[in-house]
Amino acid sequence: MLMNVLHFVISIWVPLVCALIIVAVLPLVAGYIVLMERKVMADMQARLGPMRVGPHGLLQPIADALKLLIKEDIIPDEADKVIFWFAPLISVTAAMLAMSALAIGPWFQIADLNVGLLFIVGISALGIFGIVLGGWSSNSHYSLLGALRSAAQLVSYETAAGMAIVGGLLLAGTLSTREIIQAQNDYGTWFAFAAPVGFFVYIVASIAETNRAPFDLPEAESELVAGYMTEYSGFRWALYFLAEYTNMVVVASIATTLFLGGWLRPFAGTPAFNFLDYLPSVLMLGVGGYCFYRAPKQPVKVQNLFMLAVGLLMILAAIILAAPLIPAVANLLPGLKPGLHGAFWFLLKVGLYIYLFMWLRFTFPRYRFDQLMRLGWQFLIPLSIVNVMGIGVALVLHRHWGWGHLPAFGLTTLLTLLVAGWLGWEEEKKDKEHVFVGEA
Amino acid sequence: MPDERIPFATHADQTVLGADEIILNMGPQHPSTHGVLRVKLRLDGEKVIGSECVIGYLHRGVEKIAEHRTYTQFAPYVDRMDYVAAVSNGLGYCEAVEKLLGAEAPPRARVIRTILTELQRIASHLFWLGTHALDIGALTPLFYCLREREEILKIFEKFCGARLTTHAFRIGGLQYEAYDELEKDVERFCTPFDKRVNEYESLLTENRIWVGRTKGIGILKAKEAIDYGASGPVLRASGVKWDIRKAMPYAAYDQYKFEIPTGKNGDTYDRYIVRMEEMRQSRLICLQAIENIPAGPIMGKVGKVLKPPPGEVYHAIEAPKGELGYYIVSDGTTQPYRVRIRPPSLINLEAFDKMIRGHLVADVVAIIGTLDIVLGEVDR
Repeated sequence: MLMNVLHFVISIWVPLVCALIIVAVLPLVAGYIVLMERKVMADMQARLGPMRVGPHGLLQPIADALKLLIKEDIIPDEADKVIFWFAPLISVTAAMLAMSALAIGPWFQIADLNVGLLFIVGISALGIFGIVLGGWSSNSHYSLLGALRSAAQLVSYETAAGMAIVGGLLLAGTLSTREIIQAQNDYGTWFAFAAPVGFFVYIVASIAETNRAPFDLPEAESELVAGYMTEYSGFRWALYFLAEYTNMVVVASIATTLFLGGWLRPFAGTPAFNFLDYLPSVLMLGVGGYCFYRAPKQPVKVQNLFMLAVGLLMILAAIILAAPLIPAVANLLPGLKPGLHGAFWFLLKVGLYIYLFMWLRFTFPRYRFDQLMRLGWQFLIPLSIVNVMGIGVALVLHRHWGWGHLPAFGLTTLLTLLVAGWLGWEEEKKDKEHVFVGEA
Repeated sequence: MPDERIPFATHADQTVLGADEIILNMGPQHPSTHGVLRVKLRLDGEKVIGSECVIGYLHRGVEKIAEHRTYTQFAPYVDRMDYVAAVSNGLGYCEAVEKLLGAEAPPRARVIRTILTELQRIASHLFWLGTHALDIGALTPLFYCLREREEILKIFEKFCGARLTTHAFRIGGLQYEAYDELEKDVERFCTPFDKRVNEYESLLTENRIWVGRTKGIGILKAKEAIDYGASGPVLRASGVKWDIRKAMPYAAYDQYKFEIPTGKNGDTYDRYIVRMEEMRQSRLICLQAIENIPAGPIMGKVGKVLKPPPGEVYHAIEAPKGELGYYIVSDGTTQPYRVRIRPPSLINLEAFDKMIRGHLVADVVAIIGTLDIVLGEVDR
């Protein structure tokens, strides 16, 4: 009886608490991703980035959020007010709902749906309604063009991303996020290595899906001012921003789950690499040590203390992450290590994936709309379909004909790459024909 | 030229638009119209089927002001036209008035003028490159360009105390003697600069997206470019080898060896390549010039009060953006009767409609960027 009650409480309250944490913490996380982006950008552009609010600008996201909260909320006279008011909510809700099926380590998951990945992809695709409605209801040409671009772009790239995901799903044989990661454990390799072409297609398509440069046409600053968000200000604008960054986390999480082994440690099955278990603690210790090193150099006493506090927090995290490595603790709580370290590895991979996004953003110019469409429909979609077929063939070779993993997947990957090369070559040829000549 | 005027998007005028067409007002407040240019675009979806530039938002009546100032007093005003290349503006004005006076700057002044003007060309092209790349979506080159431009501005600051609107030259020569380490500073900037240009090129020239965004965009054939009166890199990228520094040498340009880079197709990509090469050539001119700066006075004999004889003069120089011409009419008093300025940006901008038709909205900013306009100069 008691067990039943306990079970009920756990089954209801754990997801509820997780959900609350996501809703409460996600804006903060998004804010800090923005800070990270600004810092990475500054680093690549030979600048310092935000340095004023808090030591090294560590409190900048909070200041930004506060500023946006108290800003006047302007709704254009000619706007369709109800939809204008409602549209950002759709985007944010869709993005946040998608988080619910993600498994951040074996401990942290709101709902382990058996159709997990399908749910995530479907729900996050709903976010486009927020963009299209917001752009339309603003009653501004910039917004409208941004919304139209966004709609076309999402439809095109969802297809490619979807097909890339199908490739991974064929390998896993399940849609549940947990089981997908389990399947990668059983394979002994991440699906990124079994289906590299699919992974590549997913990277490109996911950048386009989240409207990030070089595919940030819906909000292309230099062309459409701010695209669909042009007429938004204050916190409504911040909601769109929140949705965008949440979406980034979502696609990065999908990529991590499906292609990068989710919460699995790199070389999880190889005892020779067990020393990697110490990496989380060492990394945290390193960051903490750096904070201590920088603390005396802060200009103000408060910032000095703040830096010390951050350093202590990091060392605390290091100790917590080191705890499961002590045999006594491990025996007492066997779930501790996969739980904590899983979350660490998952977040690390998500972070690296987002870093890749940023890196690309600061390196590449922006595509033009017709080029974007051509890339999507004539290169990525055919390639992703060929990739699915290739994986199918490889699975047949492996399961029914008894080929090893390496020859089966190696052969099909090679063939897919050949197709990719051919498609790229055709593109190149068409590019030469397509040279735009202005009409007289 | 637009053959039909583009109507405002008011209800009365909506009837002249096709069912699929909209009017998009780009600017005057827009992140990438380089100031306060306003472009009315007639769009079919994303395709531009007509355009009209509305200018004058930065009109300050520079030419009219000239009629109420003495020749000397007007000199600082020209710096405010193309404020990205103030030194070049000043050079053009000073030389025009000198021509009118029949005076000449001494050799030392001419060489120093050449060095500073070429540095200004590099600075102007750097600023163009950064903003042009930013318009096309590449965020990072801007900061590298500004980093190098900063070095040039520091040289200006050391020379005359100002960084942007320098008023570096005086009619008849220079007001300031070159500071002691000018040669060293210029050399320190120029020596590694070609590597820096290679660095920018490594970010853009071979980049597939950059090539896709610029090749074949905004084509201006040689004949059309001449017909529109285009000048500077816009003209040269169309394959016309015309550079006033070579054709009608002024300052000390006849003493130095340099090439005139030209393009073939007259598209945005060629204009980009031409300007990149021009930066390298300017660097070479600077390096040649600092090797041998003649000694002697820096001010010619022009007298304290400038009173040119009645008459008129047209003097043009090769400013970073093209042919910058001053047409000055004197009635024998201390104030010019009329000053007419031929701003390269304005004349180049006239080709905009020709270049944009049939392209997409995204190309509008690419073409505005490639024309390298400065609204201070367009509107005056």
